[in-house]
Amino acid sequence: MSDRKPEFRHPKLTSNAGGYSRRDYEGAMSTLCAGCGHDSTTAAIIQACFELSVPPHRVAKISGIGCSSKTPAYFLGKSHGFNSVHGRMPSVATGANMANRDLLYIGISGDGDTASIGMGQFGHALRRNLNLNYICMNNGCYGLTKGQDSATADLGSIGKRGAPNLYNSIDLCELAIELGASYVARGFSGDKAQLVPLFKGAFAHNGLAFIDVISPCVTFNNTNTSTKSYHYVREHSEATNTFDFVPLQQEILTHYQEGSSQEITMHDGSMILLHKGEPGRDVTNRLQAVTRLEAEKERGRLLTGLLYVNPASRDTHDIINSCQRPLNSLVDADLCPGNAALQELNATFR
Amino acid sequence: MQPTDINDPEYFHKVIDCQYACPAHTPVPEYIRQISLGHYDEAFRINWLSNVFPGILGRICDRPCEPACRRTRVEETPVAICRLKRACSDHRLDDSAFLPEIPAQKNGRRIALIGGGPASLTVARDLLPLGYSVDLYDDQARAGGFVRTQVPSFRLPERVLNEEVDRILGLGVSCHFNHYIDDLGTILAQDYDAIFVGTGAPRGRDLPDLPGRQEGDGAIFIGIDWLAGVLYRHIVSAPPRLLVLGGGNTAMDCCRTAKRLGAEEVTVLVRSPRAEMKASPWEIEDAEAEGIPIIDNHNPLAFVVENGRLVGMRFQPMVASYDDQGVRRLEPAPVEPVFFPCDQVILAVGQQNAFPFIGAELGIRMNRHGLPELDPVTLQSSLPRLFFGGDAAFGPKNVITAVAHGHQAAISIDLFCQGRDLHQRPAPGVNLVSQKLDMQEWLYDSGVSADKRHLVPTVDRVKSLKDRLIEVELGFDRPTAHHEAMRCLNCDVQTVFDHSTCIECDSCVDICPESCINFTDNGDEDDLRQRLLAPADNLDQALYVSVPLATGRVMVKDENLCLHCGLCAERCPTASWGMFKFTYNIPLAGRK
Repeated sequence: MSDRKPEFRHPKLTSNAGGYSRRDYEGAMSTLCAGCGHDSTTAAIIQACFELSVPPHRVAKISGIGCSSKTPAYFLGKSHGFNSVHGRMPSVATGANMANRDLLYIGISGDGDTASIGMGQFGHALRRNLNLNYICMNNGCYGLTKGQDSATADLGSIGKRGAPNLYNSIDLCELAIELGASYVARGFSGDKAQLVPLFKGAFAHNGLAFIDVISPCVTFNNTNTSTKSYHYVREHSEATNTFDFVPLQQEILTHYQEGSSQEITMHDGSMILLHKGEPGRDVTNRLQAVTRLEAEKERGRLLTGLLYVNPASRDTHDIINSCQRPLNSLVDADLCPGNAALQELNATFR
Repeated sequence: MQPTDINDPEYFHKVIDCQYACPAHTPVPEYIRQISLGHYDEAFRINWLSNVFPGILGRICDRPCEPACRRTRVEETPVAICRLKRACSDHRLDDSAFLPEIPAQKNGRRIALIGGGPASLTVARDLLPLGYSVDLYDDQARAGGFVRTQVPSFRLPERVLNEEVDRILGLGVSCHFNHYIDDLGTILAQDYDAIFVGTGAPRGRDLPDLPGRQEGDGAIFIGIDWLAGVLYRHIVSAPPRLLVLGGGNTAMDCCRTAKRLGAEEVTVLVRSPRAEMKASPWEIEDAEAEGIPIIDNHNPLAFVVENGRLVGMRFQPMVASYDDQGVRRLEPAPVEPVFFPCDQVILAVGQQNAFPFIGAELGIRMNRHGLPELDPVTLQSSLPRLFFGGDAAFGPKNVITAVAHGHQAAISIDLFCQGRDLHQRPAPGVNLVSQKLDMQEWLYDSGVSADKRHLVPTVDRVKSLKDRLIEVELGFDRPTAHHEAMRCLNCDVQTVFDHSTCIECDSCVDICPESCINFTDNGDEDDLRQRLLAPADNLDQALYVSVPLATGRVMVKDENLCLHCGLCAERCPTASWGMFKFTYNIPLAGRK
C-alpha cells in the first residue's frame, strides 16, 4: 500500500486568490478503508477551503474518537488540530473558541461520537450556538468496532451483520434545529456538487453550523438492505433546494426568477442564493424546516440540502459579551488595567 | 462520447508514449523496469529483440521516445531513456543466452542484402533464424554502413559497433565486403528469392553553383565524405581555422571532429534560424560546450579564393519572418554581407539518395524525388522480389527508423517467399496482466520518484578534445542507472476500469494526484474536455470513457498526466480500477 501520495500535481491547476494551491489544503494519506465516504467528505472540506482561499494556518480542526475523528489527519495538514476524547469534541472546541475567536473551527465527529457518547456535549454546543462548523460523518454504524448499529441507524436497516436494527433512529438535523443550531444542512459524501457549497455556507456562518453528512461505511454498512449505503442514499435522497454560495468579494451575476429563489445575506456579507426550491418556502423558518423533514421521512425520503439557517444569529461570544480579541493577543495593560479602572468598576457597584 | 474500446491494442499502446513514439516500438518501460531491478541482461535482451542495436542506439539514437515521455508533461525533463539503453549494454554480463538458434537445415531460400547498414543487418537477424541463407554485399571493408563511416568514435566507440555488428554477422551471414554492386542487374540475374536494398543516402549535398567553388576545391569538403576520410585516416589533421556549413547532426559531428584534429577556431554557420536546426538539441549543446560557436541566419554567398588559396567565405545575414499561417520566410537582412576567414570549409548541408546502380533498363519505377516507388507498409518495389529500407527507402531519417524498416522488410520477404499476401501481416503480440499481488500491493513498484533527470558523466574536456577516439560520455554507473530508471512512470501498467462494479464513491477522484479521474454527464469530446476537474487540453492524449454508470454518469479519465501510481486502484473498494501491465511486442518475421 502506498503511504505517500506522489508529489506531482496537475501543472495547469491554478492557485486560489490567497495564493494557495489545492495541495496546501491536503493532509496525510488516509488509512481508512478504500471507498470510505469519510475520504470524500474530507475531499469536499479541502475543496471548500481551497475555493474560499481560507489561510490553512487560520483553521483549527477538532475531533473526538472514531473513524470520522481520524480524518483531521487527512486534510488541512498545515492547520491546528486536536484529536480529543470520545464525544468531547464540543467541549474542546468551546474552550479553543473562547480562547481565540478568530480562527475557523471545524469540528469533526461521527454518529457514535455525536449521537451516543457525546449526545450531552452535542446538545449544549447547539444551545450555546458556538461559532463552530460541526461536521458529523454519519454512516449509521460503529465502523471502528466492526459495524454495530449506531443511534442513527434507521429502524429495520440491515448492515453487514445481517440483523435488522430494532430501534428508532435519532435525526441529528431535527435535533440540531430544535436545540438552537443556526445553520443546519444535510449532505451526502457521494455528491460533492451539493456538499461543497454546504460547507462553504457553513464556514461563512456566524454561530453553530451543523452539517450531517451521510457518509457510507463501505465495509460494514454498504449492503443492499442498509439505508445508509451509497445505492440507497442515491435512490432515496430528496434535495430541498440547490444553491450557490457567493463569497463577499464576488459580484452576483446570476439572477433567478422570482418565487423560485431566496437570497440570504450571511454574517460576513457573503450570500447564499437558493433556487429551485418550492414557492413560498422560507429556509429561515424553523417550523417549516422541521415539518418538511418529518414530511419527507413519512414518504420514505431523506431530505438533503440546506435545511435551516438564521443568518442573524448571535454566537456564544455575542451572547456572553466576551473579549473581542484572541486571548493570546492580550498584553499586560489589557489584563491589568490598573487602579483607576478598578475604582471605576467598584463605583458601579456602589 | 462512445465508450473507449480497450480491446483495441492500439489504445493502450498509445498510452505508453515512449513505445508508441519509437519507430521500432521498443517496450521501453519494461526494460527500464528490468534495469531498476538490476536485471541488465534481461533489459538488454528486450532491447535487442526489438531494436537490434542497444549499444549503438544507446549512444546515437535520435530518441523520438524522449520528447514523448510523459515525464516532460508531468515535470520538465524526460527519463533518460537513451542513456538507460546504453546502461543495459554497458552493465550486462552475458549476451549470448538469448541468441536465436539458427537451423542447420536451411529452408532453401536465398536473400541478397545490398548495403551493410542497420536496415540490412536487421533483415539478416530476423530472417536467419527462419532458415534463410543471407548474402550481404557492401563496398566497405566491414559492415555498419553510415553508422561506421559517419559517426565519430568519440560518440560511438568502434568496439561497441563491432560487437553489435558481429553479433548479427555471427548468426551466419555470408559477407561480400569491398564488393561494390555497380549494376543491380547482376544481382537480379542470380537466383535470389528476394533482394533487399539498404544503401542509405550516400551522397552529401554540395553547393556547386556558389562562386569560388571550383577554385577553392582543394579546401572544400563534403561532410560525410570528410568523416569517412577521418575514419579511414586519409584525413589526420585539420587547419587552424575551419567553417562548417549546416545545422544537422553531421555538421555537429564534423565540427567536433575538426576540433579533435587540431583546428583551433571552428565555426558552424546555419542558413535558417536556430530553432529550425535539424541537429538533436544535445548534439548542439555538446558542440557549444566544446567551444564551437553556432551562428544562425547566415546564407552562404561565395567562397573567397585569393592566389589560388581559399581564405574565407562571404555570408548574407538573413531575417526570418512568419506569416499568419506560421509559414517562415527567410529574407536578406538590410546589412552588408559579412566575411568569415578560414582555411577549410566542410559542407554538411544535407544528404541525398543515389541509385547509380539501378539502371533504367531494369524497369524499377522511381518517383520524382529519385526514390523507388514503394508500398509504404510492405516496402516492396515495383519489382516484386525487390525491397527497400532505411534511408534508401524514403530519404534520410535515422538508425531506429532503419531498424523498423528492416523488421517490416523481413516480414514482407518471409511472406513473399511463402507466396502469401504481403498485406496479411502478423499482429503484434499483446497481453494484459493484472498486477494485483495483495489487497493493496502491486507486482510493479508504483512509487513515483521526484528525482530530476540524472546527468551522464563525461570525460575531462581537455583530454577528450585531444583524441578523437576517446568517448566523451562515460555512461551511467549502476546506482545512477537505478535512480534514473526509478523516474519511469510505468506507463505500460494501465489503469483499467470496470464499470459494472463501480459504486461511484468518488474515492479514486479524491485520491488521484493529477486530478485525472472524473464522474460526469456524458457529452461529445470537446464538451467533456471543457468540463473535467483539471484542464484536458492536450488533444494528443485520449480520454478514457466508460459506459454509463448507475447514476447515468460516465467515468472519464484524461490519460495525459496519469502517473500510473495505482492509487485509484488502491482506494477502490470494489476493485473497479485495476492495474494491468500491457505488453505490446511488434511482430517479427515468422510470427504466426
